[in-house]
Amino acid sequence: MFLKKIAITGAVAGLMGSAAFAEGHGAMCGPEGQSIRILASDFPAIHAVVDQGEANCGAAASEFARNHTTEARQIMNAALTPNPAEYTSVILANSTLTQLMNDDLVRPLNDLVEKYSDNVKPNQLITIGGDVMAVAFMANAQHLFVRQDILKQAGVTKVPETYDELLAAAEAIRAAGIMEHPLVMNMQVGWNIGESFNLVFLAHGGEFFKPGTAEPTVNSEAGVAALETLKKLVEYAHPDYLTQASNETQGLWEAGQAALGIMWGSRGAAILDDEGSTPEVTGSTVLAKAPSVEPGGIPGATLWWDGITISRNVSDEEAEATFAALVSGMTPEMVAANNDDAVWLLDGFTPGPAAAGVAATAQGGAKPYPMIPQIGIMHNALGNELVDFLKGAESAEQALADVEAAYTTAAKEAGFLQ
Amino acid sequence: MKNRTFFWFILPTLSAMVLFIALPIVSVFIQSLHIEHEQVLVVSESCGPFGCSETTAVDAAATEALREAQPLGRFNGLKTYTNRSHLAFAEVAEAWRTTDSFLAFLNRMFNLPFYKALLFTMAYTAIVTPCVLVLGLAVATGVNNLPKLLKGPTIFFSLLPMIVTPLVGALILFWMVDGDGIIGNSLQSLFDDPSLSLKASPALTWMMLMVYGVWHSLPFSFIVFYAGLQTQPKDTMEAAMIDGATTWQRMRYVTIPHLMPLVTFVTLIQLMDNFRVFEPVVSFQAQAHAPTLSWIIYNDLRESGNPLYGSAGATSMMTIIGVAILLMPVLIRTWRDYTRKAAH
Repeated sequence: MFLKKIAITGAVAGLMGSAAFAEGHGAMCGPEGQSIRILASDFPAIHAVVDQGEANCGAAASEFARNHTTEARQIMNAALTPNPAEYTSVILANSTLTQLMNDDLVRPLNDLVEKYSDNVKPNQLITIGGDVMAVAFMANAQHLFVRQDILKQAGVTKVPETYDELLAAAEAIRAAGIMEHPLVMNMQVGWNIGESFNLVFLAHGGEFFKPGTAEPTVNSEAGVAALETLKKLVEYAHPDYLTQASNETQGLWEAGQAALGIMWGSRGAAILDDEGSTPEVTGSTVLAKAPSVEPGGIPGATLWWDGITISRNVSDEEAEATFAALVSGMTPEMVAANNDDAVWLLDGFTPGPAAAGVAATAQGGAKPYPMIPQIGIMHNALGNELVDFLKGAESAEQALADVEAAYTTAAKEAGFLQ
Repeated sequence: MKNRTFFWFILPTLSAMVLFIALPIVSVFIQSLHIEHEQVLVVSESCGPFGCSETTAVDAAATEALREAQPLGRFNGLKTYTNRSHLAFAEVAEAWRTTDSFLAFLNRMFNLPFYKALLFTMAYTAIVTPCVLVLGLAVATGVNNLPKLLKGPTIFFSLLPMIVTPLVGALILFWMVDGDGIIGNSLQSLFDDPSLSLKASPALTWMMLMVYGVWHSLPFSFIVFYAGLQTQPKDTMEAAMIDGATTWQRMRYVTIPHLMPLVTFVTLIQLMDNFRVFEPVVSFQAQAHAPTLSWIIYNDLRESGNPLYGSAGATSMMTIIGVAILLMPVLIRTWRDYTRKAAH
């Protein structure tokens, strides 16, 4: 469904031709003379959207300020709390939207979406309880990366689809003496290791909380099974895996030191391009669906989106001008010019090899990263408590009991549990 | 000096200290007695590019009303101090009841985050502080006996670890001990074990952090002792030589007593610094094996998206108490020396 949607919109945009289409979509800026101030993370796809918005509507605004920082998550709540807020918009992702919503710092966008509906498609809308809270423009997910030449050399004929097949492939590569540690995963202690658990946990059908409450349910059969799987996987990972996140795993991959990887889709384009690696590696790297437990099961991935939000504590005019400028940047031309920087949820996107993994994973029925107010606390507890198990110092049940205990303590303090 | 004059001299410093140190500590303490308001959760449907699902959200208006009524949060007394993230009275008691050997009990206890961090923090302080003292004195004596021409450059190079920013120094070492780094890779080939990882084993991580700690703090104690050595009276030393004291005896009975006030000073500073060790844990990404009290505070404030001010406050207060307890013997000793001198 996901792939089809992308393919169709791509074809449509191609057919309509860019000039006529752009005219019909002519940049529609909001009220003039307003101040537009944007806080966003720092990667090429976000720059592309904001650049386009600035090009379209920057002249009509009294000010167009932007702060791209990887620390956006750390400062956004403080920056949006005063009235007027420091920024009129924050560009964020699933997990960070809840962080702002917990403090009621972003406004519903229903009116604005209606007014500027030309530039916004229904599948971009993030609605919670009927209110549009964000407008997404790109998707991301973790999935499998494989080196087909090495699989072939090790006698593995098909791309692994399940965790068992993945383990078998890793073992075949090791047994053939090609690589001792063929697998890379983002297992850095903290956020990354927690996220790696989430992937396998969701693939096993796990639920983080009792529905409708903040009571943890990770110490379950799915949790234990997920940890066991994770432990089998890290046997084939680089011995320093506890300190490796996206930059390190991408480095290992580009250096040709890995043949199987579970990495972010957003790294696909960087890995497949001709920088930082050899043609031997890039030429045989294939991006595929994230592995599942059973063939055709839920892929072990979390789907993410990046999108725009508008601050609550700014004037309605500033809010409208900011919204109009940003959605005016989401044009087919912008997508065409930056096609490989992201898996765009916008018209004009032509899925290339770098998007294949995310598309297949989404199509395979992977779950979105949960948008639950207390998920950050759970994620932090997972990030800190699972290492003992992976190092063999305690049982899976004990590790998960520790996670629940750490979560419960923090959630009580934060007011989610009584 | 008259007390009155002294008071006017100290007033600017004193007021700055009250304003910027004492009052914030009081505020941190008050914060540590409170926890967040109840978050009013409502069940709603959330939809996005990947379909719809049932989810919960915070009822912002209801939560805000609670916050208005009590801006500090709910009063929790000392319960934050005794919960699982801190002193964990209930969990320790439970471990005591249910384990049959002392070792098993300790195992359970050091599985709790606060005690795990306390264990490493104490071990780090207990090992790094004396090493820094002894090695600093050794380096200072060595440099002091160098020919004049070599002294300048040697002092400069000895100070390098302190000139390099701690975070950068730690990162450089971190990359060197990586499996693909020069130290990590050499060790792997030396022991013929491709799975050997300095970052994966708790014991090796501890050693790595401590070696880094000594390397980083050494210049401080070196330069203080070196300065002390310059003030050493020549005649006492000559008298000792005429009396036939060996080099070692001169060191033991003349130099060290002369440097004793400086030893106290370096010990005080080092105990405080080492008990609050933080940067190397972050740069070595060692929090899994070697969390410290400061790292726990950082984690509470930063990582979960909902800063836990109460928890961070409680850990801060206990770190302050910990430093005070550690400094107590040194302070008592200094006080005794002072009163003894005053009595003369």
